[in-house]
Amino acid sequence: MKHIFAQHLSVLRTATRRIFNPPLAGLLNIMVIGIALSLPAGMYVLLQNAQGLVQQLSGTPQISVFLSMDAKADDIEKLRKQLAQHPAVERVEFVPRDQALQQLKQSTGLADVIGGLEKNPLPDAFVIHPKPGNAQTLDKLRTEIGTFPKVEQAQLDSVWAYKLEALLKFATLAVLILASLLSLALIAITFNTIRLQILTQRDEIEVSKLIGASNGFIRRPFLYFGAMQGLLGGIAAYLIITASLALLNRPLNTLSQLYASQFTLHSLNLGDSLSLLLFSLYLGWLGAWLSVARHLAQVEPR
Amino acid sequence: MISFNQVRKRYPGGYEALSNVSFEIAQGEMAFLTGHSGAGKSTLLKLVAAIERPNSGSVLVNNQNVGALKAGALPFLRRNLGIIFQDHKLLFDRNVFDNVLLPLQICGFDHKESAKRVRAALDKVGLLKRERANPIALSGGEQQRLCIARAIVNRPAILLADEPTGNLDADYAQDIMAIFKSFHQVGVTLLISTHDAGVLQDTRVRVLNLRNGVLQTATSP
Repeated sequence: MKHIFAQHLSVLRTATRRIFNPPLAGLLNIMVIGIALSLPAGMYVLLQNAQGLVQQLSGTPQISVFLSMDAKADDIEKLRKQLAQHPAVERVEFVPRDQALQQLKQSTGLADVIGGLEKNPLPDAFVIHPKPGNAQTLDKLRTEIGTFPKVEQAQLDSVWAYKLEALLKFATLAVLILASLLSLALIAITFNTIRLQILTQRDEIEVSKLIGASNGFIRRPFLYFGAMQGLLGGIAAYLIITASLALLNRPLNTLSQLYASQFTLHSLNLGDSLSLLLFSLYLGWLGAWLSVARHLAQVEPR
Repeated sequence: MISFNQVRKRYPGGYEALSNVSFEIAQGEMAFLTGHSGAGKSTLLKLVAAIERPNSGSVLVNNQNVGALKAGALPFLRRNLGIIFQDHKLLFDRNVFDNVLLPLQICGFDHKESAKRVRAALDKVGLLKRERANPIALSGGEQQRLCIARAIVNRPAILLADEPTGNLDADYAQDIMAIFKSFHQVGVTLLISTHDAGVLQDTRVRVLNLRNGVLQTATSP
């Protein structure tokens, strides 16, 4: 058992040495794989960041209903019932003007400015949580509520987030297509590299077959070669993404500070990083396997 | 150990390399295969190692019909054979030691045992001091001996040699023949092809003579 492990280790070492022989060709191959992988993986990271931001900002869409300043308590009660009975409404929440002012003070850091006001400029308001629907039905509901008595204005919040989320879904699909295409490219790169390897190692393969090597023995170094090259490509992609995000984060910080908020791009988390490395290793192995299956039979001793 | 029964080998294009060849070599026997070049000596050896397959007749090695072996079983047949190739088939991307190590790696020996066996094989052919050299730096005779070391490191029961003295001068050829005789003495079955009648004069062994693919005589010692 121990020496079988040692044998595999020695095959792995030989395969790795062959990747870097000649060194420049090996590095170029790894770089090509790294770039090919970093494109979809990097876009995936950006999308994850955008999705996080959208969720943080939106939650679910709401309709804010602002009442006119002269609305009395029984007007408010009547409106509350009307709203609550509406079939498209899930839940109604009343926000008294004083509470709204308090919230404004706490959440925006404008306490000084608000403190300087003589009286509360905010109207009473309802926050309506509509039943799930698309952007059109929500807009129809908003218009309808706008015509109710004592309603000054009805505003549909976060419908832009809805739209943005749909856009992000579209972008995710685009990234998936790109990832599939570049994965095929990666398999093709490995396929070709292994073909060249088989040609260079032709003598060794032929002699090995003549002195009793099984097909598994002959295949092994090429499979290790492909898998190792894929793994190194994956590591290259990881480094490219991490470095690019670090570069982007500095100007982004400055920018977000100008908008008085904190936003940094998160890099790949542990699970995603491992998936990236395993995936690239697997693609390399697959390319090598296809190539070996195709080309090894052509080297028959004579 | 090796038995041919009415073996015919015809190459694509109609050239008949062997016709109706029948003979038997017993375990521990040493036999020479002679004939002009193109007589079918190499083809006969290739049939034993299942590098080529007969068109008709049967080739038995260790009572196994090698002509009918499945591809998956070939490695196990060849591990029991030591083959010395006419063109050596040495690998120039590794040193002498690693060339001899290859058969042991294929059989999965552990590192310590392999190193011991490789050195023993190199010692037998007188190349122990050259183990770090690249085969390309060796003379023709040394390359031939390296090829022998690789063939015997696995301690095969049968040794096949295709023109092992082909390109060597008489002294080197004698050396190599002496090495083969020492294997014969420890019970290895040998089948050696040669077109060099000189090496046969002072040996009293069996000779199989081929002419245009037909076995002429099977003289006994």
